[in-house]
Amino acid sequence: MRAVISVIGKDTVGILAKVSAVCTTYNLNIVEVTQSVLQEFFAMIMVADIAAANAPFDVVADAFSALGEETGLSVRIMHEDIFNSMHTI
Amino acid sequence: MLNAHDILETITMIQDEHLDVRTITMGISLLDCCHSNIDTLCDKVYDKITRSAKDLVATGEKIEKTYGIPIINKRISITPAAMLLAACDDKDAVKLAKTLERAALTCGVNFLGGFSALVQKGFAPGDRELIAAIPEALAVTDHICASVNIGSTKAGINMDAVALMGRVVKEAAERTADNGCIGPAKLVVFCNAPEDNPFMAGAFHGVSEPDCVINVGVSGPGVVRAALAKAGDCDLTAVADLIKRTAFKITRMGQLVACEASRMLNVPFGIVDLSLAPTPAVGDSVAHILEEMGLESCGAAGTTAALALLNDAVKKGGVMASSHVGGLSGAFIPVTEDAGMIDAARSGALSIEKLEAMTAVCSVGLDMINIPGDTTPEVISAIIADEAAIGMINSKTTAVRVIPCIGKTVGEELSFGGLLGEGPVMPVSTYSPARFINRGGRIPAPIQSLKN
Repeated sequence: MRAVISVIGKDTVGILAKVSAVCTTYNLNIVEVTQSVLQEFFAMIMVADIAAANAPFDVVADAFSALGEETGLSVRIMHEDIFNSMHTI
Repeated sequence: MLNAHDILETITMIQDEHLDVRTITMGISLLDCCHSNIDTLCDKVYDKITRSAKDLVATGEKIEKTYGIPIINKRISITPAAMLLAACDDKDAVKLAKTLERAALTCGVNFLGGFSALVQKGFAPGDRELIAAIPEALAVTDHICASVNIGSTKAGINMDAVALMGRVVKEAAERTADNGCIGPAKLVVFCNAPEDNPFMAGAFHGVSEPDCVINVGVSGPGVVRAALAKAGDCDLTAVADLIKRTAFKITRMGQLVACEASRMLNVPFGIVDLSLAPTPAVGDSVAHILEEMGLESCGAAGTTAALALLNDAVKKGGVMASSHVGGLSGAFIPVTEDAGMIDAARSGALSIEKLEAMTAVCSVGLDMINIPGDTTPEVISAIIADEAAIGMINSKTTAVRVIPCIGKTVGEELSFGGLLGEGPVMPVSTYSPARFINRGGRIPAPIQSLKN
């Protein structure tokens, strides 16, 4: 079972570390990271295995939202099924 | 396989283009609650609704968190309440409405629909009592929605009911005059009402439906508009194709949410309703899609053709994305709930007559239209009859939800707040249809009904 963590906003120092720290807290295994910086904007997409997560998904989602508020970025975690269902037949 | 472009597209749709699931609606059959004693009926109704829907809101919120997709409303639809009253000795419909309100509050849902009667061919026991109680029921409750089906392609139009509903709509406005005339905003008069519609105010749980079912209504006008804006000056074949592809994605999301809700609640999945439902928020407007296609304003010549293209493409794109499609399924054109429609009505570009033509090619009807407070019940009835005739002849659902703005006249504004929005009072014909309406009787079923 995998989830997609996305971070979008102004590039800031240490954002990758902060997101990774939340993943560690909840035992999410990061399996893939892509990132791009367009001018000053930053978009990072992480795919994480959530099968061994140590908390319910809504708790994890709240933690990433809180990180987003703290950093002023859009940080969200979404179950991969939403992307699979919208973009594949 | 996941790719970054698809992921960012979905996130942009949600974050910037107002993509959401408009509603998860749980349909609940209350036929097994019928009882000759009204108090016993009310107790059984309250118990069944609160038992069936106790986890509905929490489940909706959990799905929102898991998929990161906003689910705006969680709602309940019930067996048409007039059928429950049929067995009662004391047909106290207002008492039943208050019970339904209490059940809605306990479950925490946004709306409960099904304070309804189906009278397209005539009145059965309970129907007249329920219809007479609608104005008071809507005045003393906040979450209850009423609907009355007065016509169908198979049965024709019950003009006695049409005459009655003109008076009921007017009275519902008068009863709530000190509360922004909110009563008639919760009342829909239908022709060919669908039995599995998840959208309010017209949702009810039809008699042929299972005991309990999950229906989902999607939204997404903002996504369609954004896709068209990015495409630039392509021809209309390309426009239709783009709308289809966008509708497919939106509907797949609705299908996923419906299946998840069904699994988590252990309730069968009913249908996904493919409607494009606007909100008053900027960037979430069906009118703006039509304008993006190239009209200076919604209401201009060409509006009906553009809407026909939109409505058809939404269905074509959506139908393959869902295993069961139903409800209203098309583009909604509620005036006060759509920022572009509000602007067009204010500027005079959009008239009720144009809206009537638009209803011949889109999903519903004259929806959320503010009309002058001194409009007579006969004129309201005649508006209902015109709209029902379009539905009856074209074998489609049509509906009327007009709000007589008590004490206000053309050009003044009325605001409801929230998803119901706001809008100007629009002019209606003041020539009298009274003699026609007061004839009563039935308009016979059209030749189109004889398909066997």
